[in-house]
Amino acid sequence: MARPIRMRVRLDGDVAEVRALIDHPMETGLRKDPGTGAPIPLHFIQNLTVSLNGKPVLETQWGQAMARNPYIQLRIHGAKPDDEVSIEWVDNQGEHGHASTRVPAQG
Amino acid sequence: METNAITNRRRFLRSLSTAAAIALGWMQPLLALAAGWNKPAFEAGNVDGAITAAGVADALPSADIIIKAPEIAENGAQVPVEISSNIPGTDAILIFSDKNVQPYVGLFEFKNGAEPFISTRIKMGDTSTLRAVARANGRYFVNTREVKVTIGGCGT
Repeated sequence: MARPIRMRVRLDGDVAEVRALIDHPMETGLRKDPGTGAPIPLHFIQNLTVSLNGKPVLETQWGQAMARNPYIQLRIHGAKPDDEVSIEWVDNQGEHGHASTRVPAQG
Repeated sequence: METNAITNRRRFLRSLSTAAAIALGWMQPLLALAAGWNKPAFEAGNVDGAITAAGVADALPSADIIIKAPEIAENGAQVPVEISSNIPGTDAILIFSDKNVQPYVGLFEFKNGAEPFISTRIKMGDTSTLRAVARANGRYFVNTREVKVTIGGCGT
């Protein structure tokens, strides 16, 4: 199932500031379905990687305490216009997601 | 003869494209998983156990780890947290929320030009100490901040 990733990149000098919002429920396993009362299973992103031109710049391991629809902001030095920023993630149920964009011109 | 050869070729091409699809389907999660996932640390039920299982030892208190978080978080389900380290050689930041059922929130490793900086949002179950650990040249440093949580965020 495709879960959208919204990504924005801004270039300031040689620093690319990346902001990303990943659509994901990040279920803790503690919640119950309000209708049926059945427990909602644990469902959360375990690994997320951000890469610049295919080289990892941020590698993460996450627990279920990352907030729903995870937001991350990071800064990558040595970036230039048209470089490729990509994000990929995998969760505890084996679902995965991927998105990429290009570093824009200065501004 | 001729038709047989064509059919065989089609069959072969079809099997190739199936193989490629399977390979792609498998490759993506494997790539992301290369980073590993520290199950004992994430499943630890108290902060000391989580810190030890995460491999953090002899962490020195350091004001060079800057934690930005609200003093009072109205909604424990979405607590904005920004952490940066001015300790030279910082290549990883770990976040713990002491009173969470499972206190280890996450590990962020910086490489290939990424600044030791992360801004994100976490869940906090209760008013608690927020703990940021920085790893630099194999040594660990720690700073803390208290965050008052009005409505806990783990059962929501």
